Amino acid sequence: MLLSTKNILSTKELTKQDIQQILDTADSFKEISTRSIKKVPTLRGKTIINLFFEPSTRTRTSFEIAGKRLSADVINISGSTSSAVKGENIIDTARNLEAMAPDILVVRHQCSGVPALLSQFVDSPIINAGDGAHEHPSQALLDLLTIRSHRGNLEGLKVAIVGDITHSRVARSNIKAMQTMGMKVRVVGPPPLIPVGLESLGIEVSHNLTTAIEDVDVVMILRIQLERQNQGLLSSLREYSNYFCLTAKALAKARDDILIIHPGPVNRGIEIALDVMESPRSLILNQVTNGVAIRMALFYLLLGEGNANPN
Amino acid sequence: MQTLIKNGHVIDPANQVDGSFDILISDGKIEAVAPHGKIAIKDTQVVDAKGCVVAPGFCDMHVHFREPGHEYKETIETGSASAAAGGFSTVAVMPNTSPVNDNRSITELILSQARKTGLINIFPIGAITRGLKGEILSDMGELKESGCIGYSDDGRPVMNSELMRRALEYSRMFNLPCIQHSEVLDLTRGGCMNEGVVSTELGLKGMPVEAEDIMVFRDISLLHKTGGRLHVAHISSGGAVELVRQAKAKGLPVTCEVAPHHFTLTEEACRNYDTNTKMSPPLRTNEDIELIKEGLRDGTIDMIATDHAPHNLADKQVEFDNACFGIVGLETALPLTLKLVDEKVITLQKAIDLLTRQPCRVFNLDKGTLGIGKDADIVIFNPETKYVIEPEKFKSRSKNSPYKGWKVRGKVLHTFVAGKPAYSAHNE
Repeated sequence: MLLSTKNILSTKELTKQDIQQILDTADSFKEISTRSIKKVPTLRGKTIINLFFEPSTRTRTSFEIAGKRLSADVINISGSTSSAVKGENIIDTARNLEAMAPDILVVRHQCSGVPALLSQFVDSPIINAGDGAHEHPSQALLDLLTIRSHRGNLEGLKVAIVGDITHSRVARSNIKAMQTMGMKVRVVGPPPLIPVGLESLGIEVSHNLTTAIEDVDVVMILRIQLERQNQGLLSSLREYSNYFCLTAKALAKARDDILIIHPGPVNRGIEIALDVMESPRSLILNQVTNGVAIRMALFYLLLGEGNANPN
Repeated sequence: MQTLIKNGHVIDPANQVDGSFDILISDGKIEAVAPHGKIAIKDTQVVDAKGCVVAPGFCDMHVHFREPGHEYKETIETGSASAAAGGFSTVAVMPNTSPVNDNRSITELILSQARKTGLINIFPIGAITRGLKGEILSDMGELKESGCIGYSDDGRPVMNSELMRRALEYSRMFNLPCIQHSEVLDLTRGGCMNEGVVSTELGLKGMPVEAEDIMVFRDISLLHKTGGRLHVAHISSGGAVELVRQAKAKGLPVTCEVAPHHFTLTEEACRNYDTNTKMSPPLRTNEDIELIKEGLRDGTIDMIATDHAPHNLADKQVEFDNACFGIVGLETALPLTLKLVDEKVITLQKAIDLLTRQPCRVFNLDKGTLGIGKDADIVIFNPETKYVIEPEKFKSRSKNSPYKGWKVRGKVLHTFVAGKPAYSAHNE
C-alpha cells in the first residue's frame, strides 16, 4: 500500500493509516542501523537532494544517513552554497535542481510554506524538513515512533508540549499528528508564546508546568530562544526557567513512567534540568536514532515500496 | 461629433435617474438624457445598450499605477487601460511611487503622463509627509495647486501622533482629506496575514485586527481637536467600521472606503500560501465581512475603492513572508461589487452610487454624474453576462489576482471618457 500523498508537506495531510504505515516501515528499518554493514541496496540508483536554506546539523545528517543506508545518492545543498546568495528565486533554484532528475527533494527553509510553494513547480516528491514556524513532519513522526516503541500504542495517550509554541514547527506537526492518532494534547508556556486560537483546534492551554504534566504520559520540551527576549515575548531566560524548566521538582507529581522528549538542540539547564535530561525517562537520544529510521521509511514509501524489498 | 447611447437602463445616482433613457453626447459633454426615442438622430454614431446598464464611469479613489519608478509593475498607460476595461473613467493614484509624489515636479510628471495617455481622468494624491518617511510634512499647498486631490502616506501609516495631528490641522487650510492607511506598525511588524487560528495553523506571523482599530480610533480622536478631514483607506475590520459609524454620528468629518477583496475573501484564502491572498490590511474573517456589509448597507462606508496594487510575478512568486502586499483590482471590481447585489446586501443603484457619486462627493470632483453639460464619462455594462475571471487577459501589466477561475457576472462593454471610447469589448 502506498501513502495517500505524493509529498510530505505537513502531518495534517497524513491519514491515520499513513502514519501507521510510516511507523511500521520505520520499525522494520531500525535493525539495518544496528548491523556492522549498515547498508541495503533498496534505493540504489535513486538520487536524493537535501536542499537546506536554513542551518541544520541533526536533521540534515539524519536525512543523509537515511538515504545512504538505503544506497541512494545523496546531495547536500545548503543556503550559503546555493544560488540564493546570488539572488536566485527559490522556484528557479528548485526547477534547476529538478532538471537534473532527482527522485526526491528534501527542503528546509526559514519561511513557512516554501515546500508547499515548490511542490507546485516541481514534479519530484518533496519532503518538508522544516519550514518556518509551520511544520516539521518527519520530526513529529520520529517522536511518535519513539513514544509508540515505549508505550506499545498511541491511542488515548496524553501529551504536554512545553515552551515556545508560537514559533515551533515541531509543535504544530506534533499537534496534528497526535490528534490524528487519537492522542490528547496540552500546550504549556507563557501566554506570549502560545499562538491565538489553539483552543478552537481542540488543544488545552496551560501556564502551569507542574499541574500540566501531572497526568500526562509524555512531556515534550521545546527549545527556547534568547531572541524572544528582544521581541518582547519573554522577560528573561532566567524567569522563563523559573516557571517552565523541567526539573525534578516540577516532575514530583508526574507519573513515574512519564516519557520525556525534546527535539533538540537542548539549552541545558534552561528548558530542561541536566539531571532530568540524563535520567532514564529522557528519550532524547532514542529520538535521534529513530529519526534515521523514520526518514528511511519516508524515502522508501515515497519512492514506491513495490520497487524493491527492504531487506 | 455626436454619439447616441440608446435603449439602455440608465442609472445615475447623482441626478436620481433610474430608468429607460437615451443619452446624447456632443463634443465630449452630456448633451441630453431623454426617454427612449425622444432624441432625434441625425449624423450620429449610435451605441445600442439594449439589456445593459448605462451609468457614470466608475471612480476609484485608491489605485497604484507605479509610475514613476516601478514601471515593470504598471505604468500610467497600462493602468489606464486596466481602469477603462473595468469600467473606470476616473482614478486617484497613490503617491508611493519612486520618487514619492511629495512635490510639484512628480505631480506634474504624473499629470503629463496621464495627458499623454489620454485614456481616463487621473487625479494624483500627494504624500502627507516627505518621502513617506513620517518625519516632515509635505508642502500640501503646492501639492494642491499642482493638482493633488488629497494627501496620503498609503502603504505606510503616519505613526507619529503629533505629526498626524499637524497634518490634519494643516490640510484644513486646503480643504483636502488626509487618507490614512490605518495600521499600528508595532503590532504588525513581520506580519503577513490576519492573526487568528489560520495564521496559527500556517505558522505565519499574524497582523492583529486591533492594529487597524487602534489607528482609526487615534485618528478619530485627533479629529475632535484638529478639524480637517479624515478618510480611512481600505477599511477591513468590523471594529473600525463601528468606530467610523460612531464618529459620523457625532458629526465628525470622517469618511471611509472598502476594497472588494475585503467583502469577498477571508483569511481562509491564505491556506495554500497563495501570495495573491497577501494584502495589507490582510484578509480578515467572516465576522468582519458581515460588519463591512452592514456598513455598506447603512452608509457608514462611503465608497468602494479597489486599492489596485499591481505586482510582477517576481514580487509574488516567492516565499509568502517575502511577497509584496496587494492585488490588482480594477478589472474585477464590478463583478465583485455585483455579488453584493446578488446577496441582497445593497441594490444595483446603491452599488453604482458607491462607485460614482459617493467617491466624487467625498473628494469634491465634478465627476461621477450624467448631468447635462458634464463630461461624458460613461460606462455601459451588461449585468447578466456570466464569465470566468482570467487574470492573464487583464489589461494591467500585472496579473496578481486571487480571483482566477471565479465565475462571476457583470461585464463592461464600453467605457467612454469625455465622449471618447476608452474601452470597448468589441475590440477585444
